[in-house]
Amino acid sequence: MNELHNDSNRIINDAAHEEYKYGFVTDVDTTILEKGLNEEVVRKISALKGEPEWLLEFRLKAYEHWKTLTPPQWGHLDMPEIDFQDISYYAAPRKKSEATDIDPEMKRTFDKLGVPLEERMALSGMAVDAIMDSVSVHTSYKERLAELGVIFCPISEAVRDYPDLVRKHLGSVVPYTDNFYAALNSAVFSDGSFVYIPKGVRCPMELSSYFRINAAQTGQFERTLIVADDDSYVSYLEGCTAPMRDENQLHAAIVEIVVEDRAEVKYSTVQNWYPGDKNGKGGIYNLVTKRGLCRGISSKLSWTQVETGSAITWKYPSCILRGDNSVGEFYSVALTRNYQQADTGTKMIHIGKNTRSTIVSKGISAGHSQNSYRGMVKVVPKATGCRNYTQCDSLLLSDTSGAHTFPVIEVGNDSSVVEHEATTSKINEEQIFYCNQRGISTEDAVGLIVNGYAKEVMSKLPMEFAVEAQRLLSVSLEGSVG
Amino acid sequence: MLEIRDLHATIEGKEILRGIDLTVKAGEVHAIMGPNGSGKSTLSAVLAGNPAYTVTGGSATLCGKDLLAMSPENRAHEGLFLSFQYPVEIPGVSMVNFMRTALNEKRKYHGLEPLSASDFLKLMREKRAVVQMDNKLASRAVNEGFSGGEKKKNEIFQMAMLEPRLSILDETDSGLDIDALRVVAGGVNALKTRENATIVITHYQRLLDYIKPDHVHVLYKGRIVMSGGPELALELEEKGYDWIKEIVDNPENKQ
Repeated sequence: MNELHNDSNRIINDAAHEEYKYGFVTDVDTTILEKGLNEEVVRKISALKGEPEWLLEFRLKAYEHWKTLTPPQWGHLDMPEIDFQDISYYAAPRKKSEATDIDPEMKRTFDKLGVPLEERMALSGMAVDAIMDSVSVHTSYKERLAELGVIFCPISEAVRDYPDLVRKHLGSVVPYTDNFYAALNSAVFSDGSFVYIPKGVRCPMELSSYFRINAAQTGQFERTLIVADDDSYVSYLEGCTAPMRDENQLHAAIVEIVVEDRAEVKYSTVQNWYPGDKNGKGGIYNLVTKRGLCRGISSKLSWTQVETGSAITWKYPSCILRGDNSVGEFYSVALTRNYQQADTGTKMIHIGKNTRSTIVSKGISAGHSQNSYRGMVKVVPKATGCRNYTQCDSLLLSDTSGAHTFPVIEVGNDSSVVEHEATTSKINEEQIFYCNQRGISTEDAVGLIVNGYAKEVMSKLPMEFAVEAQRLLSVSLEGSVG
Repeated sequence: MLEIRDLHATIEGKEILRGIDLTVKAGEVHAIMGPNGSGKSTLSAVLAGNPAYTVTGGSATLCGKDLLAMSPENRAHEGLFLSFQYPVEIPGVSMVNFMRTALNEKRKYHGLEPLSASDFLKLMREKRAVVQMDNKLASRAVNEGFSGGEKKKNEIFQMAMLEPRLSILDETDSGLDIDALRVVAGGVNALKTRENATIVITHYQRLLDYIKPDHVHVLYKGRIVMSGGPELALELEEKGYDWIKEIVDNPENKQ
């Protein structure tokens, strides 16, 4: 029993009657590239960022490859065709004055979102990289981290200041040939965070990126690269919101993680992009490629995600377990309501010997939403002694929503053990009445029950995030039962 | 305290309660007995507001307020407590979290501030003792993995926490061994005051050895067909329910 747990419930209750509260637009002067994608646009983005030749080459190769691809159709998603020429690929908020580090208007935006940009506010002990539209606005705690040799900065800065590191790892886990959206991102990615943890360093604070789409009719294409050198540790958090708009907006990001010998990376996401209105109008298309390479022996990568936002979610944070004895984990809660669609899951690719992976996926579907788990567990023939445990649960809150699972299991040898458990349940009327009888309203009861259902995953989140995530789950459920 | 007049209720179109009349006063313990399927559990569910049942006629008031017009949670706030025959499990929701939510909702309803964490924990410790629940039980998820006896103790623990005016114990003795029965009954007796009242629904006399009723009613085919003092329970124990069925079903044979 701890106080914080109680506090979190109070927060949940306080917030139980909120709508999407991040739907405001910030009035900042923004530089936006005209709509459309061609070689010229790719060159312009690279030039605007003052990039070296090798990166421009990378972008152009990705763009050429992208032109040969078509969007993937295999997701259990009903997605209208996206006109990729009707999107602006670069939007940068302009600083009003050069005197202060941060535009006051933008600072106000992030304050409103509860993201502490000022270091004195960051008493929670979290270093934050805040990204609005295409550029990084501010990174806090940079100097303190630098003393330990930890690099945490916008990727555009890393390209300038640590070109060898970026060049070595960029595209090494998610090559631009990986898929349609990965190719697109590689061609036009704007900003994102870069993290490097040197050998033997345990990063003393949570590193956090906060993504915000502000400008209209733009896409956001950030790219995050995390490299954890031998015997290091880092916990990284990612949060995101966007204004309410009637149009759909595209978010196609890439996250690449490299984990060396005995290093450990924890990557947590609370995804709350604007989900569209109750009739399914508007919302973000969240089409993301996230993958980590456990390159070193006994390395460990753990993904935790709480997905409540976006009109469409298409993402599969995955682990390639190449180092012997490496460990991959995926803990996910995906809540969909109204007309949201989520097709999410993971891939665990066992290449090293004695590698282990755990998958816990909790889908919650309400309203007319569609919620799919898609997963792959693959053990190559030479990867002996591997273990996987998969637990995949679906909870239906309405008769009009759908829950689906698409697991693929390939085991190439006899010494590996793969377990898969799956359940589907409807929210139980008896549980709700039991709560009612104790004086708890149906709405609060559903919040309690769903948070209880998701607890196994929520408990993996860092505490600051867990509170936010619990609150989000309850708020998102408002009026969802029936 | 509780006034029930000509109460009728159905489930899925089938009439289960067919005209219940019952008056319970503060400080009293009433036992409702009857054969299986006579409507005992339905009566408790209807009073608590289980949406699976439809009230088709009659009235029920608690301290003068129309019970049937209230939502289940407001009935609870007004002081109605139901100890469930089969308490449900709510995985992942800790008893502490659950009870704190319930108690603070009740306080809110009555215009009181939420209890502070330390006061709440103190209260929990105090009330746990009523049914000899250990600390671990309270930090586990609601009823999850509890034994039959633990579940029933947990019901009485919640009753102790919420301090209801009227408690309805639905077959609280079912599935209990004799030791657990003593503890549970002891808890109920400890909570008894001159201001509150209890309805004990049971199939057997056994529980009534521990919780002494002031009035005993026999429910059969959705009606209270016989009422009396504690001696009625003993008579039922001795003779079974058949003689009552005989009287009700063939009134002309009545001697």
